Amino acid sequence: MAAILAVTEQRHGALRKVSLEVVAAARALADAMGATVDAIVLSAGPVEGGASLGPSGADRVLSATHEGFGLYNPDGYAATIASIGGTYAAVVFAASAAGRDLAPRVAAKLRTGCATDVTALEVEDGTIVATRPVYAGKAIQKLVLGGSPAILSVRPNTFAPIKADRAGTAAPVAVPAFIQRVTVTEIKAPPVAALDVTEAPIVVSGGRGLKDPANFKLVEDLAAALGSAAVGASRAVVDAGWREHGAQVGQTGKTVAPSLYVAIGISGAIQHLAGMRTSKVIVAINKDKDAPIFKVADYGIVGDLFEVVPRLTEEIRKLKAE
Amino acid sequence: MKIAVCLKRVPDTTAKIVVGGNGKTIDEAGVKFVPNPYDEYALEAALALKEKAGAGETVVFSLGTDLAQETIRTALAMGIDRGVLLQSPGSADGFEVAQALAAELGAGGFDLILFGKMAVDDYNHQVGVMVGELLGLPVISAVSGLSIEGGRVHAEREVEGGVEVATCALPAVITTDKGINTPRLPSLKGIMAAKKKPFEIKPVTLGAGSVTVTALSLPPERQAGRIVGEGPDAAVLLVQLLRNEAKVI
Repeated sequence: MAAILAVTEQRHGALRKVSLEVVAAARALADAMGATVDAIVLSAGPVEGGASLGPSGADRVLSATHEGFGLYNPDGYAATIASIGGTYAAVVFAASAAGRDLAPRVAAKLRTGCATDVTALEVEDGTIVATRPVYAGKAIQKLVLGGSPAILSVRPNTFAPIKADRAGTAAPVAVPAFIQRVTVTEIKAPPVAALDVTEAPIVVSGGRGLKDPANFKLVEDLAAALGSAAVGASRAVVDAGWREHGAQVGQTGKTVAPSLYVAIGISGAIQHLAGMRTSKVIVAINKDKDAPIFKVADYGIVGDLFEVVPRLTEEIRKLKAE
Repeated sequence: MKIAVCLKRVPDTTAKIVVGGNGKTIDEAGVKFVPNPYDEYALEAALALKEKAGAGETVVFSLGTDLAQETIRTALAMGIDRGVLLQSPGSADGFEVAQALAAELGAGGFDLILFGKMAVDDYNHQVGVMVGELLGLPVISAVSGLSIEGGRVHAEREVEGGVEVATCALPAVITTDKGINTPRLPSLKGIMAAKKKPFEIKPVTLGAGSVTVTALSLPPERQAGRIVGEGPDAAVLLVQLLRNEAKVI
């Protein structure tokens, strides 16, 4: 029976949420192809949350355990996945920092192509057809994945985790001998643990309309009031050095698809819109009623952000306090 | 230090995208093309490393049509020593492009091979990593902080909620992210000098590949929503709508 391999991710021994999204995508493919799903966990020891893989759609949970697998180990992970990957119809990764690095490594080892940042999957006559945004979402590409296996990564926040009760039968996987060329020594956490704009369910972004970097406090306060929100920024303010480049939303920054995107003092340049247009709900606050951002916003408020945003934060706090 | 930089010619990020007559690629008419912005970070890194070392050679490679000659000239004007065009219409399959580049780069004796972390047209994030794998070299991708001391690479790459620190030996492949540096602009003197720099054109043939584009389309237009109101009082209604209509808070 054909099988799909879902490559999960852990950090510091805890399963990352995006893993369940990868399993959901693999499950959808497997159901369309009459195949089973194996989820692989690469780690240095037991992984907290590993038991959720079966109930989320994995028929088997493969454990590849190695003392060097505590942090991301590009060479070891790639060698392990490649050693079993050839027997699968497809290998599914997350288009995360690790998955974007790992998927092309595995593809090269298996001498086949891969599709990155996939947002939808179909199976037509037994062949996988992937949909993915290109030109930062200004266009949508359909690709036939003819490789054996088909290798792809799915965009975070796109395939929702599912409840599909499967056995999640545990099975060990041997880690093959590998040459460790790259060593990850640590993950430095930012001073304040911050959500990443690509993974947060809510993104609140600020632009040049804030006039001064210190005024980003308004954006941060609103994000804090909403909860589970990341702070994003337009290219203009990143280029001006107001915010770290990792917060930039747009064609030369991150492409995001949260449930709620709030654009504050952002006019809506074409390259910014490209990076956030697939958000489920978009709110724009801008003093210029003709700003392009209002053309994509579900809800807009025309007004002075210095008055509107504090009031909005206050109203959100009231609501949350109820 | 001998450094290679791989460069792609891409549409400017401000370009409006129109689907071409074949329904699979863009209509290039009237579109301004530029060096891929992430590759500019790689070019700057190469130039800065050579300057620091005080000696060495920087070479730019671009796989593309004859139109990419202009893109290579831009890199030469920034200060890269020589250019090589690997003449090909390209492929949607990054592995095919990677194989052609690896075949060329493998024989070059480079200490460092640099790429942008991705191209802003196809968003693949693949080719640099694949080239490193094919050549059996260490690869660190999406690097936003880089230092090289005593033949060892120390790199920082952004991961969700943190910065991953990675090290490897030279020779290595590095793909660059925003934040690593600020690319210089070509000077007038550089533009003049670029005209005299060595420039090779080598035709390459790519395989058919396993990834095939069947359609390119524009995303559905987002319906413009509504203006909830003007001024701070509109915040009250907005919160109600987000709660009860959109159900996102």
